[in-house]
Amino acid sequence: MFLSADIRRRPTFREGVAQMAPMAVGIGAWGLMTGVAMVKSGMSVIEALAMTFLVYAGSSQLAAIPLLVAGAPAWVILATGFCVNLRFVVFSLHLRPYLMHMPRWRRLVHGYLTADLSYATFTTRYPSPPTHRDEERAQEAYLTGGYFITWSAWMGMSTVGIALANLIPQAWGLGFAGVLSLVGILCSMATTRLRVLSALIAGATAVAAYALPLKLNIVTGIGVAVLLCFWLEKQFVRDPAEVDA
Amino acid sequence: MSGQTDLWSLVVIVGLAAVTVLTRCFFFILDRPWGLPEWAHRALHYAPVAALAAVIVPEIVMTQGHLVSTWQDARIFGALAGAAYYFWRRGVLGTMLVGMAVYLPLHLGLGW
Repeated sequence: MFLSADIRRRPTFREGVAQMAPMAVGIGAWGLMTGVAMVKSGMSVIEALAMTFLVYAGSSQLAAIPLLVAGAPAWVILATGFCVNLRFVVFSLHLRPYLMHMPRWRRLVHGYLTADLSYATFTTRYPSPPTHRDEERAQEAYLTGGYFITWSAWMGMSTVGIALANLIPQAWGLGFAGVLSLVGILCSMATTRLRVLSALIAGATAVAAYALPLKLNIVTGIGVAVLLCFWLEKQFVRDPAEVDA
Repeated sequence: MSGQTDLWSLVVIVGLAAVTVLTRCFFFILDRPWGLPEWAHRALHYAPVAALAAVIVPEIVMTQGHLVSTWQDARIFGALAGAAYYFWRRGVLGTMLVGMAVYLPLHLGLGW
């Protein structure tokens, strides 16, 4: 969408860029390590580049790496990626009234390029959806400016990471940086006691069921954790708002 | 899949890109308004953390399909240090950097 000169000329485009620029530094650094982690885990340069430029979702990329390397079946990898990305489903419900005035292809392009931080910054800047034509145009440009800078930082630094990775020996174990990034993301999502429990159950089940073929221990872990947390929520939580975060 | 490109991996990568579009656009792909059933809304609360934990815990505590039998494993200390940093200061990048700062000396220096 940032290829459209019409959008770039609107004043809020620059505002979005300026707002996201400080965060783009952190995103770039994370992209760098993701690039290194992909190659150091055993993916080829072409695969790593394809993943960077097509998937454009750090956490689902990092979660997919060990599964791809282990040769897990496609449906297990896609199901895992879907579960890791479920937070975006919640964001999309929030973004719907902001985007519905556009044709579908335009909504899909904006949606695809809007990741966590762009979403958070955009909805903070505009707490309510546009009500007339000028607002629609201003909000679209702000959103585009914001994700333009994050997309550029992520793609540029991931590519640098992929290129540098070939110079670093495998034995250094830099691929572990990908796992550590996921540890951080996991901690950031564990905001309620039941979510912490969900993570513990899923982790323990995935270890206990490791002998299952086709990396089915991942899907088993997710299934057991979600069902148990459902049941516990029904038994012990009176007010559902308590578990919302 | 060791440094070689294979077609199957590329197909899976394209599939993952489709998953990105599907999840990021979920509620505005269709023109008519719609909602999820209540149970699906509840699942949204627990499935993402469960998926991440199911992927990373075996990566941290298992070697060649077995639970590590020694505490001298750099990954465990790296992950604990990273998590401790997160709860102290927040920030995914710092978690990764602190975790690597603990992991690399143990892994390269002591061979854990």
